[in-house]
Amino acid sequence: MPRVVFTENLNRHVNCPTQQVKGNTVREALDAVFAQNVTLRGYVLDDQGRLRKHMLVAVDGNIIHDRDAMSDVVKETSEIYVAQALSGG
Amino acid sequence: MSLTALVATRKGLFTFTSTDDHTQWTMTSSAFLGVSVSMVLADHRDNRWYAALNHGHFGVKLHRSDDQGTSWQEIGTPHYPSTRNDDDNNNDNDADSTDLIWTLEAAGNDRPGVLWAGTIPGGLFYSDDCGDSWQLNASLWEREERSQWMGGGYDKPGIHSICVDPRDSNHLTLGVSCGGVWASADGGVSWANKAKGMRAAFMPPEKQFDPNIQDPHRVVNCAASPDVFWAQHHNGIFHSRDDAQTWQEIENVAPSGFGFAVAVHPNDPNLAWFVPGVKDECRIPVEAQFVVTRTRDGGNTYEILKAGLPTEQAYDLVYRHGLDVDASGDCLLMGSTTGNLWATADQGDQWHCISNYLPPVYCVRFIK
Repeated sequence: MPRVVFTENLNRHVNCPTQQVKGNTVREALDAVFAQNVTLRGYVLDDQGRLRKHMLVAVDGNIIHDRDAMSDVVKETSEIYVAQALSGG
Repeated sequence: MSLTALVATRKGLFTFTSTDDHTQWTMTSSAFLGVSVSMVLADHRDNRWYAALNHGHFGVKLHRSDDQGTSWQEIGTPHYPSTRNDDDNNNDNDADSTDLIWTLEAAGNDRPGVLWAGTIPGGLFYSDDCGDSWQLNASLWEREERSQWMGGGYDKPGIHSICVDPRDSNHLTLGVSCGGVWASADGGVSWANKAKGMRAAFMPPEKQFDPNIQDPHRVVNCAASPDVFWAQHHNGIFHSRDDAQTWQEIENVAPSGFGFAVAVHPNDPNLAWFVPGVKDECRIPVEAQFVVTRTRDGGNTYEILKAGLPTEQAYDLVYRHGLDVDASGDCLLMGSTTGNLWATADQGDQWHCISNYLPPVYCVRFIK
């Protein structure tokens, strides 16, 4: 199962341990995490369910481009890394 | 008897407590260090405190303290309705999301636990459970005129002032930058623009008196005379004595009519304070002399107050929520973008510096 890792900076505000979840896309994997941690969702996604403007997600080191649907495919062995973008200051 | 006040800043929330004579203040607690606190509310009805956070990367959050700041818990955040359509994946990239909680107000003494929140990008939200959940006020959000609203200092418009009439909690008056003044007589079921008489000299001539594009930086009314309003507008100082039915511009105020903050005495509608600056994009004190202006006669004359304020060149700006007056009307608190905090116990005759080293101050509020 893909592994989802959150930046330590986010852990300062909301509990977000590294997790292994089911999912074939970034969206599916993140939704699986948020299903168990509703509060965390609002720190990563905006009101419309898009990746927040100043957040980034990388899959196996590659930053995703579909920030809305997050349709990027993930493998069983993938690591999904959720971090803040420097654009946010 | 001492006073307590909350100071919301770019880097946290601070609590200050005064001596009995209100001339000296001490920081007594801090919270959310490193986090931007855009607004704070101490609800006088149940002593709950609310702090609106802007995490930047991680979005806007709202926290509540049920024990006067000893502990805080995250509660619901105003959310805009989703416009996502997962079937055709043709989503609206401009669909709205809460950018900032710009103001929080208690809804009235007859509605314990009920709160109003004004946000950027322009939505008014309502909570009837002490902020655990929020509902967008659809009737204002769906007004056709809203499409003409503009950002004022931010990319999108926002509601920064919510005046709840103490005689009737269904009577609400809002300040919108930039969308003018809006009022409801029925608790938010219906709305009408109430910016008649406001003028935006910076707009094309045909639009200068358009009530829907006005930029009132801050709107307040007198607790004892709620029909009397003061507005510190982008264009200057405006005053209404008829429940915002009409506004009169007060011109030729020295050293400037431009500013962001205004406070009105809770019992005397003719007594109000302003913090002037150089107009439009400059936004520093006139000739770098930081002063407060005060009128005691409903805007006919103004005094310049500077005792206790910097005598050297100063570049402080006081944001729209950076000035507050206490329940007695004698004490004021004022925080600036430069991290300076001042208090007065005599209506501004003499100011006392509380701190020179705070982060930029967004909001000061006495606990009343």
